[in-house]
Amino acid sequence: MKKVVEASMALALGVKLCRPDVIPMYPITPQTHIVENLSEFINNGDLESEMIDVESEHSAMSAAIGASATGVRAFTATSSQGWALMYEMLPIASGMRLPIVIALANRALSAPINIWNDHSDVMSARDQGLIQLFVESGQEALDTAIMAFKIAENRDVLLPAVVNIDGFSLSHVFEEINEPEQKQVDAFLPKYRPVHFLDINNPKTFGPIGFPDSFMEFKLAQQKAMDKALPIIKKTNSDFKKAFGRSYGNGLIELYKMNDAKQAVLCSGTIAGTARAYVDELRKKGKKAGLIKLKCLRPFPEKELQNAMKGLKSLGVIDRHISLGFKGPLFSEAKTIADSKIKISGFIAGLGGKDVSMKHFANVFSELSKSNPKGGWLL
Amino acid sequence: MGKEKKKREKIKFSLGAVIEEPGSTKKYKTGSWRVFRPVLMQDKCIKCGKCWANCPDAAIKQDSKGNFFIDYDYCKGCLICVNECPVKAILKEVEKK
Repeated sequence: MKKVVEASMALALGVKLCRPDVIPMYPITPQTHIVENLSEFINNGDLESEMIDVESEHSAMSAAIGASATGVRAFTATSSQGWALMYEMLPIASGMRLPIVIALANRALSAPINIWNDHSDVMSARDQGLIQLFVESGQEALDTAIMAFKIAENRDVLLPAVVNIDGFSLSHVFEEINEPEQKQVDAFLPKYRPVHFLDINNPKTFGPIGFPDSFMEFKLAQQKAMDKALPIIKKTNSDFKKAFGRSYGNGLIELYKMNDAKQAVLCSGTIAGTARAYVDELRKKGKKAGLIKLKCLRPFPEKELQNAMKGLKSLGVIDRHISLGFKGPLFSEAKTIADSKIKISGFIAGLGGKDVSMKHFANVFSELSKSNPKGGWLL
Repeated sequence: MGKEKKKREKIKFSLGAVIEEPGSTKKYKTGSWRVFRPVLMQDKCIKCGKCWANCPDAAIKQDSKGNFFIDYDYCKGCLICVNECPVKAILKEVEKK
């Protein structure tokens, strides 16, 4: 059904269609609308789920872990400082291989206090074994929530998944979306069937100590699950297209006018929309510009990006986070996998909600057309 | 190296480190950590069970006659039992390895 809703509502609708059994929640701007909407669904009898009002984000993730360990579907949502407080429990969720889905309304980390959008929250937890997906629109938020459960719960994956939605820039934006039917989603996403679950009739130990003689094997198993997740994400994206008629690139990256591009930018989230518009401007002038939108940060789509970069002369990587004391993390990662012939420069942009406009992309592309492009801060 | 490899092959790396067999910690004898050794004097014991109730490792047990005894396979020598005993029936000794 078509309707005009806020992207937070779109995401909540996607989650509702997945019928999570437990939703531990704690409010934080700009995420609050997501759990408020879910709370409303439960109140109105549209969703049968146990919502737990916890006392902190640390508890929200702890409760989600406990719920997921009993073998049910669990969802929670947070942002910024809440994510930081949740951090301690993140590697536990992934290490215990619990397919919890988390919506993260991306917001800057303090100080100074800032409630606006950048990627410093997600980027500072990218090593914790969670699948990291980014979205650009309300529709993509709804669809990705459904795909996230499907990917996370795959027997070859079994890892928590994060749906990153840009705070305010997307979370509070209204647009038309197409809400799938419950029947369609039920067919696409079967009931979660856990390998292990807490059961008093069949007692097992969850979360035991891992001594030095075995710890690395468990980490290697998580790494292998991440590797296996790459083709599974692609397949989930194409299966989603078959079922619902929509898909997002190949599920890992989305290419725009990259066939003959010589200069391109790589970015994720909502600023991809602005980048796309600027690429159109350049194309009108006959310039061979393109865009690579990263949809999946973890697992990192190394081969897909290498293929996408083929034929490029220069690439500008836009990071909405800075690894203070070094560079943007996406830039570092793109540089690691790229052919040394491609000139790659990193740009730090849009921290703490600073607008990333056409003007900024004009600066980036004019730098990229130079023989020795230099990255920097887009202030 | 060969021994180490064999030992590793025995370890079952279950998904998410879940231990499927309950009560498996009993296999790990943790009594070797002890520095002090509590010694229970049966002739002084009034069988009140305070040591049993307060032992943090459930290392004090009761036999069929109701006598308490210390399971040195798991006792770590924290001496809480020595402190708790109301009739000083548990002595503190230095563990001799």
